[in-house]
Amino acid sequence: MLKVLKSGFFMTVQDTGRMGYRHMGVPISGAMDMESAKKANQLLENPPEAAVLEITMTGPTLEFGAPTYICISGAYLSPTLNNEPVENYKVIQVSEGDILSYGRLEKGFRTYLAIKGGFKTNKVLESRSQYFPVTPGKCLKDGALVEYGETRLFEPAISELKVEEKFAHTVLEVHKGPEYSILTDPQLAALFGKSFTISEKNNRMAYQLSELVEGHQHSMLTSGTMPGTVQFTPAGRLIILMKDGQTTGGYPRVLQLTEESIGILAQKKFGDNISFKLI
Amino acid sequence: MKEHPISIKQFGQRAVLLEWPNQVNEAILSEILGFTDCFKKLGKADWEMSVAYNSLTMVNTKSDIDFDAVQNEINECLGSIDKSKKRLKRTLWKLPVCYDPEFAIDLAEVSQVLALSQEELIRFHTSNQYTVYGIGFLPGFMYLGGLPEQLEIPRRKEPRLHVNKGSVGLAGKQTGIYPQDSPGGWNIIGSCPTPIFNPKAEEPCFVKVGDRIQFVEISRAEYDLKRIESEVGIYQPEKIALDA
Repeated sequence: MLKVLKSGFFMTVQDTGRMGYRHMGVPISGAMDMESAKKANQLLENPPEAAVLEITMTGPTLEFGAPTYICISGAYLSPTLNNEPVENYKVIQVSEGDILSYGRLEKGFRTYLAIKGGFKTNKVLESRSQYFPVTPGKCLKDGALVEYGETRLFEPAISELKVEEKFAHTVLEVHKGPEYSILTDPQLAALFGKSFTISEKNNRMAYQLSELVEGHQHSMLTSGTMPGTVQFTPAGRLIILMKDGQTTGGYPRVLQLTEESIGILAQKKFGDNISFKLI
Repeated sequence: MKEHPISIKQFGQRAVLLEWPNQVNEAILSEILGFTDCFKKLGKADWEMSVAYNSLTMVNTKSDIDFDAVQNEINECLGSIDKSKKRLKRTLWKLPVCYDPEFAIDLAEVSQVLALSQEELIRFHTSNQYTVYGIGFLPGFMYLGGLPEQLEIPRRKEPRLHVNKGSVGLAGKQTGIYPQDSPGGWNIIGSCPTPIFNPKAEEPCFVKVGDRIQFVEISRAEYDLKRIESEVGIYQPEKIALDA
């Protein structure tokens, strides 16, 4: 068991997501920055669907109840194991009683903790990704116990990875969304001609952008949405749906982020800048 | 039967959006469901398909798509639909609603605005059958069509920060049930004790797009009993098979 001594700002169990329940209105969920989560699992030679912890903004304090191996990826939150600094993208052996904690947020916004064999919480609708009320809890709280299997000996094929980090990337690559054609020249100029600021309304469901674009009066019937869909409200607000985002919506879908851009955006926080580039 | 024209658009790297004419009607819904059924029978397991009014969003869960190839498959499927085939099996669900003032926090105000007595309002709400045009937004949230004109009322000026799970609301041309506690701007006229979405059930969402819903008024005592049944998971919503 992993014991959550302090939970930090927001920490959830995530895997590759809950596929096949969209027709019931269930969002996909899963790691926001899938690329980072995937790399940590790969180093531990886990299957891709092994569950990891997604840790947002401030880190938790965690105590390991059995020996295993871990790997940290994504944002850099100055992690320490028993008060000794440890690095991201490196296979680390841990013993019973070891304490993992985090310090200052240096880069990015979401860090991942993968563990040999993956975390073994209960699956709901074929996934371990936490999403309330499909799963009983919204996030892991102080005192929570998270199950994992003990591993005494593991010799990784690759013990360390040099990763080209994308934290400095601010350009989000996008496809045209289904209602792209409603955009006027001034709206297009605003969308692609300047950068936008991440508003304080950002979470696993959606990222709102602070700057408004000239509004519109286009009304449409509710239709399907996905992670990465950029909704455009009549007031001119841009809302980018993320992994826990609703499956349908009534606002025009003007852009659609690439999978890679969803991962880049997932590492942005309040006040960061982004811009759009059509591909 | 005359078929409606369809537009097929790529939607990002992994999805395709099929759109029928911009109308809410049962003929279009039947065509969408006919196509969905036909495409599923081709054994394409990697697609999630979600219907909403006049559109179908198909998302590939495994990989990026080759749009031209998918478009061909869709067109082939559209061409192979047996038009003479009877429409799909549909169910009428009779869902209990308690209009007790404890839950129906806006009933008095709504009845005043619509100039209907509370009894008339409840009679209008329960006499109609509503068609399920989509399930989305939140798990188990149904987009229902067919609200009697007499019950059309604008949504509340200020949304509430908290609306209880099960609350039955009115807003514009829509009526519906909040499937979970959430913020919301609909006028609340009752509460349904039967959960539309239950991840522990074998069939997490018993309602399907194309089904119909009719609300049945229940007393406070019946509500309390059904609420307990729901909590222990033994609820059994009344259903009637509709003629194909």
